[in-house]
Amino acid sequence: MTKPDQAPQKGGRRGGGKGDRVMVPPAEFRSYYGRPVVKAPVWTHDIAAYFFTGGLAAGSALVAAGADLTKRPALRTTGRLTALAAIVASTYFLVVDLGRPSRFLNMLRVAKPTSPMSMGTWVFSGFSAAAGLAAVAEAAPYLPRRGALGLAARALPTAGRAGGLAAAALAPAMATYTAVLISDTATPAWHAAYPRLPFVFAGSALASGGAAGLIGAPTAQAGPARTLAVAGAALELAATHGVEHRMGLLSEPYRTGRAGKLLRAARVLTAAGAVGALLGSRSRTVSALAGGALLAGSLATRLGVFEAGKASAEDPKYTVVPQRERLGSL
Amino acid sequence: MAGPNSLYGPIDPAPDAGYTDAPPRMGFFTDTSVCIGCKACEVACKEWNAVPDDGFNLLGMSYDNTGGLSANTWRHVAFIEQAAPSPAAMDVLREAESTVSTQFLGMPSSTLPGANGREDRDLRWLMMSNVCKHCTHAACLDVCPTGSLFRTEFGTVVVQEDICNGCGYCIPACPYGVIDRREDDGRAWKCTLCYDRIGEGMTPACAQACPTQSIQYGELDELRERAAGRVEVLHQRGVTEARLYGHDPDDGVGGDGAFFLLLDEPEVYGLPPDPVVTTRDLPSMWKHAGVAALSMVAAAAVAFLGRRP
Repeated sequence: MTKPDQAPQKGGRRGGGKGDRVMVPPAEFRSYYGRPVVKAPVWTHDIAAYFFTGGLAAGSALVAAGADLTKRPALRTTGRLTALAAIVASTYFLVVDLGRPSRFLNMLRVAKPTSPMSMGTWVFSGFSAAAGLAAVAEAAPYLPRRGALGLAARALPTAGRAGGLAAAALAPAMATYTAVLISDTATPAWHAAYPRLPFVFAGSALASGGAAGLIGAPTAQAGPARTLAVAGAALELAATHGVEHRMGLLSEPYRTGRAGKLLRAARVLTAAGAVGALLGSRSRTVSALAGGALLAGSLATRLGVFEAGKASAEDPKYTVVPQRERLGSL
Repeated sequence: MAGPNSLYGPIDPAPDAGYTDAPPRMGFFTDTSVCIGCKACEVACKEWNAVPDDGFNLLGMSYDNTGGLSANTWRHVAFIEQAAPSPAAMDVLREAESTVSTQFLGMPSSTLPGANGREDRDLRWLMMSNVCKHCTHAACLDVCPTGSLFRTEFGTVVVQEDICNGCGYCIPACPYGVIDRREDDGRAWKCTLCYDRIGEGMTPACAQACPTQSIQYGELDELRERAAGRVEVLHQRGVTEARLYGHDPDDGVGGDGAFFLLLDEPEVYGLPPDPVVTTRDLPSMWKHAGVAALSMVAAAAVAFLGRRP
């Protein structure tokens, strides 16, 4: 009678390690040769970049509408033009990431409440049209006063305000639906974070929208943008801290590997940006630097969240162990 | 039509999707206790559905060089080498082997194959033909933004390749890691439960090709009864580790249209031990997003109204 060469398959690898703080005891689990159970998202960094530009567009649209209503023209212009640029970038990122970019219009075949991507497509379409109109209205002063263009020049400010307000009304949905989109998956670290990610994304959007205002508008008009930037940064930091530390084993992907590095960089940049925004209220240069740090922090947050999801899907531990714990058999 | 259990809980999916005169729900029962790992199902599936090759790789882990289900693998045979848990389990395996004319050559060893006879093996191969589960609550279908994925009258879930724009959302949504994007093609692909065959009253290609009836196709209700009987038989024969997987309408996906009899824990076969359809939590997700959205509105209102220029 020969002994089998191998012990029974234990696909389990030990968790923790690599110098990271071990918050969760090492998990023993079984798997099929250590291969992933769920598929990692096929999305590239284009999608993480879209989370950033979409949030930037939403935050900027809110800033622009507030500036419009409180008569801060330079802040309004900054917000509207930033929103337009961010929308153009977003459209590019969204289309180029499709497997069949030529079929992007198929997104508009249906409106499907069970699909956050479908709902998001409609929010994005409406938001883009409204914010685009608001941005175009900024051209009014440069149009001739006479003729058909003169007529347009006179109608544009009103249309721009209507568009700007409509964009601002859709902006909160625009900023947060992306959190629902990635949470509504079997990707372990994303799904577990569904109560927290909308706050991460909302804070990140506000911080980046405020940051754009800090960069583009003189300090005399940038007060509300400064407030929003600091408030957004605080929300982003607090909610991200929860994601990194309050979800047991499924917080681990947010603290380790590339995601961990990105989120640590995001924390430093966002905190520095918020401090700079608070201290630099008299200096355009300090404000602009703070704005730059906040934008970089927001982008790093989105990339970090994206990477954490991918990492959690690629290691069967994050799928099997929480489900076993749920069954009470681990 | 849509009801309180449309996102979660036991339900008959075809009527819930709007079919008024739906035929009985069809599915697969894959009995891994009689699977001999011949991969006829993989080949038949590829032949019938014109599925491209998935790379000619050597994975170096077992007789399985495919690895898992993907856009180009709609049936996948998993091979798990492990110490045999009981003589009874070995009896069942030998019986399955004896139903085919080929001889099992055993594990690679320093002696000639079969030199020690077939009776003293103390390890076993678990073999399992995996496939799309055609969930009662199919997350891939729920999240598809184009309507490319749809529920058929048989209660199965199928991709319409002329509509899919390759957004990729279905791929991380699937709790079993089944559906995938084909790289050179850009669209999502998976098992159709041979929608083109079953509509004509034919058996899906994999089940047709299976030489040991490990893959059984039929009306889901009948398959569930048959499976319960099979587990009972195995338990009586001492194979206490036999258990069903995906048969329960009360599980996290409302039960699978393709379910399994396993001889070990699901994760050993690469299956999630307790899958839950992600859209179960969708209403709660939107509520949290709503609160976050309102906090944005409140912050903007305070920032602008709190001070006048």
